[in-house]
Amino acid sequence: MNSVRSTSPNRWPGRLLGGASALIYAFLYLPIVVVVLYSFSATKLNAWPIQDYTLDWYRELREDREIQEAIWLSFRVGIVSAFLALVLGTAGALGLRQYAKPGKAAIRFLVMLPITLPGIVTGISLLAYFSLMDKPLAYWTTTIGEWTFPWPLIIGHVTFCITLVLGTVSARLARLPFSLGEASADLGATPSQTFRKVTLPLILPAMLSGAILAFTLSFDEIVVSLFLKGRENTLPLLIWGRLRLGISPEINAAATIIIIVSLVGVLSSSLLLRRSGSASSS
Amino acid sequence: MTVFYLIPLVILLAHAFWSVDYLTIDKTFTLDNFREIRENDLYRTVFVRTVSIATIVTVIDIMLALPLCYYLAKHVRRHRELLLILVVFPLWSSYLVRAFAWRTILGTNGIMNNFLEWTGIIDQPLSVLLFSKQAMVLTYVQVWLPFMIIPVFTVIDHIPDSYLEAAADLGSGGLTAFWRIVLPLALPGIVAGSLTVFSLTMGDYITPTLIGGPGDQMIGRIIADNFGTAFNWPLGAALIIPVLLLIFSLMWLANRLGGLGETTR
Repeated sequence: MNSVRSTSPNRWPGRLLGGASALIYAFLYLPIVVVVLYSFSATKLNAWPIQDYTLDWYRELREDREIQEAIWLSFRVGIVSAFLALVLGTAGALGLRQYAKPGKAAIRFLVMLPITLPGIVTGISLLAYFSLMDKPLAYWTTTIGEWTFPWPLIIGHVTFCITLVLGTVSARLARLPFSLGEASADLGATPSQTFRKVTLPLILPAMLSGAILAFTLSFDEIVVSLFLKGRENTLPLLIWGRLRLGISPEINAAATIIIIVSLVGVLSSSLLLRRSGSASSS
Repeated sequence: MTVFYLIPLVILLAHAFWSVDYLTIDKTFTLDNFREIRENDLYRTVFVRTVSIATIVTVIDIMLALPLCYYLAKHVRRHRELLLILVVFPLWSSYLVRAFAWRTILGTNGIMNNFLEWTGIIDQPLSVLLFSKQAMVLTYVQVWLPFMIIPVFTVIDHIPDSYLEAAADLGSGGLTAFWRIVLPLALPGIVAGSLTVFSLTMGDYITPTLIGGPGDQMIGRIIADNFGTAFNWPLGAALIIPVLLLIFSLMWLANRLGGLGETTR
């Protein structure tokens, strides 16, 4: 581990790379920092430096029912899509591993499509597909209590979410030797026991990380969603609609809340992953 | 096995439905849409522009991702997970919000202009910052960068340190080792990332709407308009075909270079 560092005669390449990397990180985070900072700016103009700080936009947000409903819808769509993708993607990855016929390449290609092709293709394809049925998109919505589940939107999200889960799980499976399963069978385990006691614990971190990535993409998805939305807006859709009406600092505040919530989510889940990951991969 | 057969089958069936569907929307078979595309110069100009912007964005993302990934994989030992999470995290903050943030930054009354005036570099706000091709490229490079970093990091991380040690022992350290060992071995990751970045740019219509100027129309925007306000679905569907053909041929190329085999082996 330490060797690359110790064998290099001088340390400037490392420092140079480190500096470049720091700049790239700054570039990645510039828009996010801007959004967060300006959500506290008292003026509507994006002046530099910020003159005055205020929490007014957050107060406005709390009274905005439309935004709150959009946030919950985004959560519902994201969770359902990620869950469906988790089940289907894991099954697909396990199936692909067992299968060694020539058709494998073609199948892999098909599964890759939703994420390799631009989202607009998924969006308009599903839109065209649903329009065949002569019903408005809002028709396919299940309501449980106060919760609504717009299926066209969820199906659209699942298409690219599956690919993510399948990709991460397949990558993990590729590193597991087949001999593990064979050893388990030699010791008298049934295939389902092998799956539960050997395979599943080993791929669980990959499954979870794939699902988290899937939720991530679903939550922030707009390209597919714009075509498939029903009556209700997810948060990105609502923001899109409001941006066209004009810029409001309230949007910055809404975005900041999402950033904070997701930061907590990502950090806690990857801490979880890290623990289970180090336990199984060592 | 059923599920494994089922998923591709469903996707396949759905694709079959879709492609049949846009042709049956006007019910009769016609090549008018393709004729329209061929004869109208606008579409060709827009298509070429989209391809060139997507290419530039991809190349810049590769150049940014390589040093970062190499540094993370081979130089950083502590807090590596944290740094990786930091790369993925921007994906959590809505793509739309980030595109919109660039508008805030680059606009005439935006932060960049205000900042430059504040520091005294300029005394008149520059209006050229926003609504230009450069602004679009900048936005794309930033929003898609994590999609390049993730696969590139994965492959570089898998390069055994011993390869680099061997290279150093044989007298080629630093850049030579990077060119002759890291780069060829990282190629599948670069190819996979490039495909994603290129493809995402090809189909995007959000950034041209928010960041691009009136003369910076992208193909995705025209397709989206045909499925939205313009309500000419057949034309929009016909327009996506060259995009698909281009991406399919790139996928074929990527497959030959090993970029697609990298995730599912």
